[in-house]
Amino acid sequence: MDAHPASVPPVSAAPRAGIRLPGVGVGLGRGLVVLYLSLMVMLPLAAVVDSSLSSGLDAFWRSVTGEQAMAALKLTVICSLIVVAINAVFGTVIAWVLVRDDFPGKGAVNALIDLPFALPTIVAGLTLLTLYGSESPIGLNVAFTRVAVVMALAFITLPFVVRSVQPLLMEMDREMEEASTSLGAGGFTTFRRVIFPNLLPGIIAGVMLAFARALGEYGSLILISGNIPFDTEVSSVFIRSQIESGNVPGASAVSVVLLALSVLMLILVSLFARSGPRGEQGILARTVSRVIGRSQVGGGGV
Amino acid sequence: MTPTAPAKWGLRTLAFGYLGVLLLAPVAMIFYKTFEHGLGPPIEAMTSPEALHSIQLTLLMVAVAVPLNTVFGVGCALLLVRHKWKGNAVLDGIINLPFAISPIVVGLALFLLYGNDGWFGPTLTEAGVQILFSWPAMVLASIFVSLPFVVRETVPVLQEIGTEQEQAASTLGANAWQTFWRVTLPAIRWGVAYGVVLTTARVLGEFGAVTIVSGRISGETETLPLFVGRAFEQFNEEAAYAGAIVLALLALTTLLLMSIGGRKAKASSGGSLPAAELAVSTSTTKEGS
Repeated sequence: MDAHPASVPPVSAAPRAGIRLPGVGVGLGRGLVVLYLSLMVMLPLAAVVDSSLSSGLDAFWRSVTGEQAMAALKLTVICSLIVVAINAVFGTVIAWVLVRDDFPGKGAVNALIDLPFALPTIVAGLTLLTLYGSESPIGLNVAFTRVAVVMALAFITLPFVVRSVQPLLMEMDREMEEASTSLGAGGFTTFRRVIFPNLLPGIIAGVMLAFARALGEYGSLILISGNIPFDTEVSSVFIRSQIESGNVPGASAVSVVLLALSVLMLILVSLFARSGPRGEQGILARTVSRVIGRSQVGGGGV
Repeated sequence: MTPTAPAKWGLRTLAFGYLGVLLLAPVAMIFYKTFEHGLGPPIEAMTSPEALHSIQLTLLMVAVAVPLNTVFGVGCALLLVRHKWKGNAVLDGIINLPFAISPIVVGLALFLLYGNDGWFGPTLTEAGVQILFSWPAMVLASIFVSLPFVVRETVPVLQEIGTEQEQAASTLGANAWQTFWRVTLPAIRWGVAYGVVLTTARVLGEFGAVTIVSGRISGETETLPLFVGRAFEQFNEEAAYAGAIVLALLALTTLLLMSIGGRKAKASSGGSLPAAELAVSTSTTKEGS
């Protein structure tokens, strides 16, 4: 757990003098914090783990590897991979245009990039349906297909790569590019040899965050995907269907898998972000922490 | 590198094409659909008893979850920053856990605690307390999903301000409470405010976690996002779009507040706060161009 990513930077500084917790003793304050976290977060999660193992490890394994569960997990992972690949490319292009290009209304476009993060997930799904649903004014109806799953996931994860690459691009040293050009490299060579390697850490971090988010996504898919088992049913929707049909241990088992996957992704991305120059205080670590916070506004599970 | 003109237009086309197809056109379309027949229908849809009740319930979620998470967040941030403790790293990890978890799993977790066969369910039922399929469970879900925001926004600000002013205050005879209210809180207020905005936005829009624990009883345990989902499923598109527009406008307001709050934080701290950087990236990317 201690490798968990956080904007909460490490509390490494020696405790300083000056006031601390006002009025309340430190021990009492700490006790209250631990109590609150236990009641609100740890106990519920413990209940999920407990329920997933309630019929033994064999049952856990059977639930996770059951046909429908596997089909859902496969669909979730494959769609998420497709989506992050698409967003890696377009996210980088968008970041480039927003930082290096100049056009009227740039500020507004830049602010709107965060809309998928801020929009409640149910609204995100409904928004896509108005244009690409059964009443599509352009005759393009993808509702209840896997294309719709990819589209919804692409929508909600759109800002991750943009926001992870943007700060790196802003900080980049123009002189290197100029040197490259003056040494005779063409635009594409300069991009490939100078710019891209500098942006790559941001792209990777953005992709990991987007992948983690896509794995657990629920709200934006519920209206548009049709939730058809073995076809468009993703893992989160599978969990709901299991709860509703009374198979709670099965739902818990798949939940534990999702939980483990996203926690693992977050640990990896945090280690990756901190491995850069200046560690915690490096630009990548700060960027990742900021993007995680913002991505949670409309709905969550990075 | 200044790309050649064709490259520049190529990149622009890709960027705007993607943004247009995925984001701008659908958002424009939902606004158009909602107001296609004027302001009357959406207003009517939003003033139906069910819609009004869902708004009320959503506000109740905010009224309970936001203050609790704010007090917890500030207190917890003070502990993490000002008091070295072995357990801090673990605490920090747990605080960030809610951000890693799919909302549907949060719903399931509360279901397992407070359901009829749950850990606490039977005892609570005997005591006549209804948690699951009622507003308390929905509040708990809201608290869970929005718990990290205030801590995460407050910690960096607290580290930034240091302790000199607080020391000065206590040297001058202020007690801990006075120092907190007069010195610490004013210094961290933009960070806290920023966290509160994010917490509120998340609670307003939460769908997945709340849907599982609410039982979705229309007119009783339906928040606005749930109302939108059900209205659409029941082919009451007018109401679904109207509700979605209300939520979308709230999201846009959040974006605006985020950018203002970030700028304020920047102005008051010299620009090295996370919130400040955030505003920089949302409002003034021109610096880089």
